[in-house]
Amino acid sequence: MKIVVCTSHVPDSATKVNIGGDGKTIDKAGVNFIISPYDEFAIEESLRFKEKNGGEVVAVSLGGDPHKETLRKTLAMGADKAVLLKDESSQDSFSVARAIADYVKEVSPDIVFFGKQSIDTDNAAVGSMVAEMLGIPSVSVVVKLEMQSGKVIAEREIEGGHEKVEARLPCVITAQKGLNEPRYPSLKGIMGAKNKPIEERAPAARSPKVQLLGMRKPLPKNPGKIVGTDVSAVPQLVKLLHEEAKVI
Amino acid sequence: MKILVFAEQRDHKLKKTAYEVVQAARTVADQLKGEVVALVIGDAVQSFAGELGAFGAKRVLTVEDPRLLQYSTTAYAKIVADIALKENASAVFLSATAMGKDCAPRIAVRLDAGLASDCTSLKVEGEEIIATRPVYAGKALTDVKVVSSVKVFSLRPNVFTAGTGNDSAASVEEANVQLSEEDFGCRVVEVAQSKGRLDVAEADIIVTGGRGLKAPENFNIIEELAGVLGGAVGASRAVVDAGWRPHDEQVGQTGKTVSPSLYIAIAVSGAIQHLAGMSSSKYIVAINKDKDAPIFQVADYGIVGDAFEIVPALTSEVKKLLGK
Ligand SMILES: Cc1cc2nc3c(=O)[nH]c(=O)nc-3n(C[C@H](O)[C@H](O)[C@H](O)COP(=O)(O)OP(=O)(O)OC[C@H]3O[C@@H](n4cnc5c(N)ncnc54)[C@H](O)[C@@H]3O)c2cc1C
Ligand SMILES: Nc1ncnc2c1ncn2[C@@H]1O[C@H](COP(=O)(O)O)[C@@H](O)[C@H]1O
Repeated sequence: MKIVVCTSHVPDSATKVNIGGDGKTIDKAGVNFIISPYDEFAIEESLRFKEKNGGEVVAVSLGGDPHKETLRKTLAMGADKAVLLKDESSQDSFSVARAIADYVKEVSPDIVFFGKQSIDTDNAAVGSMVAEMLGIPSVSVVVKLEMQSGKVIAEREIEGGHEKVEARLPCVITAQKGLNEPRYPSLKGIMGAKNKPIEERAPAARSPKVQLLGMRKPLPKNPGKIVGTDVSAVPQLVKLLHEEAKVI
Repeated sequence: MKILVFAEQRDHKLKKTAYEVVQAARTVADQLKGEVVALVIGDAVQSFAGELGAFGAKRVLTVEDPRLLQYSTTAYAKIVADIALKENASAVFLSATAMGKDCAPRIAVRLDAGLASDCTSLKVEGEEIIATRPVYAGKALTDVKVVSSVKVFSLRPNVFTAGTGNDSAASVEEANVQLSEEDFGCRVVEVAQSKGRLDVAEADIIVTGGRGLKAPENFNIIEELAGVLGGAVGASRAVVDAGWRPHDEQVGQTGKTVSPSLYIAIAVSGAIQHLAGMSSSKYIVAINKDKDAPIFQVADYGIVGDAFEIVPALTSEVKKLLGK
């Protein structure tokens, strides 16, 4: 089995976002970067797939040198190989997907794992775009995955329930929380990862199809009203919700 | 210019978000002197597809095939893209629902189009559509312009309002797309709908409980309040991680992003990751015994106090109001 897992490198979810001087990106000063949380489920699932079916796991990330940190962690968790698609320009999801698809085509994997969305841009697009570029099926927001005679059966979350999807291999899976419990890298894994090389590739030039015009903070909310400090405030609260907010 | 709207249906009923997105397309098309064509896909959709006329679609196209009874990412993406090409549409609109988010990226690739996903507002400047989309879980907003010749926009559910529609009718035409077995590389084989449980992503009222409730059985007070309000139960990550509630109820950066009319947070501290998922709700109510809890900073109305006293009183007061 050839397995690919794609990971992005994003600001920690506790980051207080400030807009940078260019008015288009965030101020990175003091920001701690991590593997995008959903990508951890993708990594864990790729490792389980290998443990069950044999083969190798190739970790791929597109970005600048800081992404090596994420790749190093993926290696420490158990990936066999890591590739940095070196590209520091800010990119729309189409051009990120194009570079990943170009590389993945060479590997010709049986299955490719992504996170359901990257918690910086929140596009939820790259995985399914790569699948379409490769002309293979995809199942997104997956919480359960099994392989049966050359097919996968995946359960995905939808509004108010789940869909069970059958897909032919090779295919793309995008991982949702609940799919598994990501492992911590072992000490041996961490030591081993230090010596594994990270291959660098320069993706072909692409022009973005979505142009970022600007970034701003949402308008702050007006401070709310503390209606009271005990149960006697309840009738007043209900009255406000009914008459002022008109939501009940 | 022409906008093609992929209008979602499930179980032979149009989704509320289908009306929202047709209405949003109408508003944009009016400013660009454009046309709105809606597309409904399924096994048998002719009987209800025309309803979209009331929300601004002059023409509604249908694609029917028994194999389309259940959703198939690959087949649906092909149909939408093929029709967009045939119709010479310059933009495709759809909802950022579970289905829309799944197929929009594939549609964009097929049309060699840029995708602005999960947009929360659209405006027209000159001949251009400028979309606003939240990033960093809503901690910042971006304005983007799609620069490819065809453009794809997915719109966040519950943010664009559909209203009640007018009495305009649409012409309903059957469109033909050739589908082979190859096009069904993946297909839904089973749908398990949690019966009687409203999903936070679709609910107009959400009542969320946090770790301050102390034990899973104490969520009965949350369920009762949600019940009388006709809303959904939400959960903070702390209670999902503790196994008290299923993770599909989790609201926040690594849970669901919601924008209901009313969000009631009970015994939830309001950590930054939680606020990220719900701060765009229209009205927020917080009930917390700690007056300094960050949730009060985003709440429109708050009561500082013990949830175990306040929530049951709130439930019975709402019952009284609604005559239940
Ligand atoms: C990568 C990452 C992603 C995350 N994603 C999410 C996410 O998607 N969603 C999310 O919710 N969290 C998320 N978190 C977790 C988040 O940081 C908080 O830990 C979590 O939201 C806390 O949940 P809570 O408010 O229920 O619990 P607590 O923070 O423990 O708050 C409990 C609250 O209950 C109040 N309380 C106690 N007793 C009572 C009572 N009797 N009556 C009234 N009030 C009472 C307390 O005053 C307190 O404010 C994430 C964290 C990380 C690191
Ligand atoms: N720069 C990147 N390098 C590698 N993988 C990425 C990159 N950006 C996004 N991805 C993958 O695509 C998924 C969805 O990202 P997005 O479409 O940006 O929300 C992420 O969870 C990653 O698995």
